[in-house]
Amino acid sequence: MREITLSKAVNEAIAEEMRRDPAIFLLGEDVAEAGTPFKVLSGLVEEFGPDRIIDTPISEPGFMGLAVGAAMTGSRPIVDLMFGDFLFLIMDQLCNQAAKTHYMSGGKLTVPLVVRTNLGATRRSAAQHSQSLHALVAHIPGLKVALPSSAYEAKGLLKTAIRDNSPVVIFEDKLMYNDKAPVPEEEYLIPFGQAKILREGEDLTLIATSSMVQVAQKAADLLAADGISAEVIDPRTIVPLDEDTLLASVKKTSRAIVIDEGHQSFGVTAEIASRLNEKAFYHLDAPVLRMGAMDVPVPFTPALEDLTVPTPEKVVEQAKRLVAGDMIHAA
Amino acid sequence: MAAAKKKSNAEQYLRMYRQMMRIRVFEDNANQLYLSAKMPGLTHMYSGQEAVAVGICEALKTTDRITSTHRGHGHCVAKGGEFRPMFAELLGKADGYCGGKGGSMHIADQDNGNLGANAIVGGSAGIATGSALSAKRLGKDDVTVCFFGDGALGQGLLYETMNMAALWKLPVIYACENNLYGEYTKTEEQAAGDLTARAKAFGIETHIVDGQDVLAVNNLAQKLVERCRKGEGPFFIQLDTYRYFGHHVGDINREYYRPKDEETLWKTERDPLTNFAKWLSDEGLVTKDELKEIEAEVKADAEAAVNFALDADYPDASEVTKHVFAENPSGL
Repeated sequence: MREITLSKAVNEAIAEEMRRDPAIFLLGEDVAEAGTPFKVLSGLVEEFGPDRIIDTPISEPGFMGLAVGAAMTGSRPIVDLMFGDFLFLIMDQLCNQAAKTHYMSGGKLTVPLVVRTNLGATRRSAAQHSQSLHALVAHIPGLKVALPSSAYEAKGLLKTAIRDNSPVVIFEDKLMYNDKAPVPEEEYLIPFGQAKILREGEDLTLIATSSMVQVAQKAADLLAADGISAEVIDPRTIVPLDEDTLLASVKKTSRAIVIDEGHQSFGVTAEIASRLNEKAFYHLDAPVLRMGAMDVPVPFTPALEDLTVPTPEKVVEQAKRLVAGDMIHAA
Repeated sequence: MAAAKKKSNAEQYLRMYRQMMRIRVFEDNANQLYLSAKMPGLTHMYSGQEAVAVGICEALKTTDRITSTHRGHGHCVAKGGEFRPMFAELLGKADGYCGGKGGSMHIADQDNGNLGANAIVGGSAGIATGSALSAKRLGKDDVTVCFFGDGALGQGLLYETMNMAALWKLPVIYACENNLYGEYTKTEEQAAGDLTARAKAFGIETHIVDGQDVLAVNNLAQKLVERCRKGEGPFFIQLDTYRYFGHHVGDINREYYRPKDEETLWKTERDPLTNFAKWLSDEGLVTKDELKEIEAEVKADAEAAVNFALDADYPDASEVTKHVFAENPSGL
């Protein structure tokens, strides 16, 4: 199978969907000729023209608001939010308007839109261009949240997001834009709410999202060398969340670590760990562990920034303690 | 105005009068429902501003769209809303426009082009402008009117969206209802400078009109709506008006921010219904009995609708988890 970059996969997904449905248009800052700072959208304005690939002023709340109104009236907009950190700018339009309109109108109005944005630290971009804010979005009922972990997932999940009739926020890992993965030429969609078991194992389950999937897979390799068999699962979407697959795995392995690049407190790791504790308690041999980003603003200097996110080595360390039974007496 | 034209427009004038009366009577009933503790929550009354909503909405087609505000009952009625689902929504009943899930501050009536009231001040500026972008992109000649109060002039979203509307020549009319107070504070204490200068800065054509004169509002709206259809939008209108009640129904002792004699002046000398009724009579377009008949009919309609809403069922408990997400086509 051919291999393409995550960037190319996103570009293909948008182009294919825009060819299929003229109601789709894309708007955001420097999305047309510039193709975004990450060059993900290069070539789209040449094919679809400036009326469908729309360069906006630097007005995130404004163009997010326009997308909500357009989505309510027959269009299917894709909002390009250059950095996930800019979510704070669009919160009212995303959370008070887009998320609630279908419910508040008793189902009369729908808001089929996609916000494409990104997450991830260690790009030396400091505290306002490095956050992973997907938990914030997942907290709000009415918003779906997709977290692709490879080019294959990015294309399939984005195409599904574009066809979904609810607002969807899809977070790409900005460090992964040039990573290649096998992506079929023929069309495919990845349904929401279906986790993917990337590696089967017996001793513990590593549940990892987005940028942390690679970390978990490397950790599993290292653990295998030490005779520990780790199962690796990527939920792919956290809203909706495929609880069944996660629970089945944990019931089998009796141990789990949840790894996600959002801040650890009040985040995705806490939510998933809590559900596992509630629904698989008697199957557990140890507490479910959480590994998120440290609860600090992301520091600029590499000397500090690298300390803030989970690494394969840190996952291995925690996994070994878990399997050895250390955690039971940790408190 | 030529006498012949007035005669030929008599039907439309009477419709405008009836629509204004419907808003006034709707709000009187809503207030009673609140005072008698039959309505959950609270509501913001549109009474006094009827000529704004009616003058503008009478210039629109059903497929034209509006966005509304927390003070939104008037816009809903003016855009074609019916009493029964409106009162039912205020009471949180299943037969309400939103199945009881929206309430007074979120009434939406998609079939008549009302994209909904909005409880975030200025929060619908994006929706209205996006609706206009949608219409232009999809090749329709529909116009969108964004109703908002003077209080929304403090919100940055309005300026971001007016900027884009002007850049892209979108068919949207920003209708600023200047009722002199943003919540409990005078407009002049909240908005520096000239209100219309804000829109002018974007190169948007602005107008100021007496918001208590339904014919003045309607004449201006007709012209601007037609020009919007031809691609000459956007436009900004400042409509000077007055709210008869407080910020909301519970804002009763308000002399600390708004003098009683000011309220009396507006209610007695500038009332849009009284003045329009007098004009219709003076022009010989309607008799006093006909006016009384309209009022009686509207009141009877409202009474029946209130009783309908009081008797209507609350939504089933199973509704609580419905409509969080929209249904998808099969296979997705």
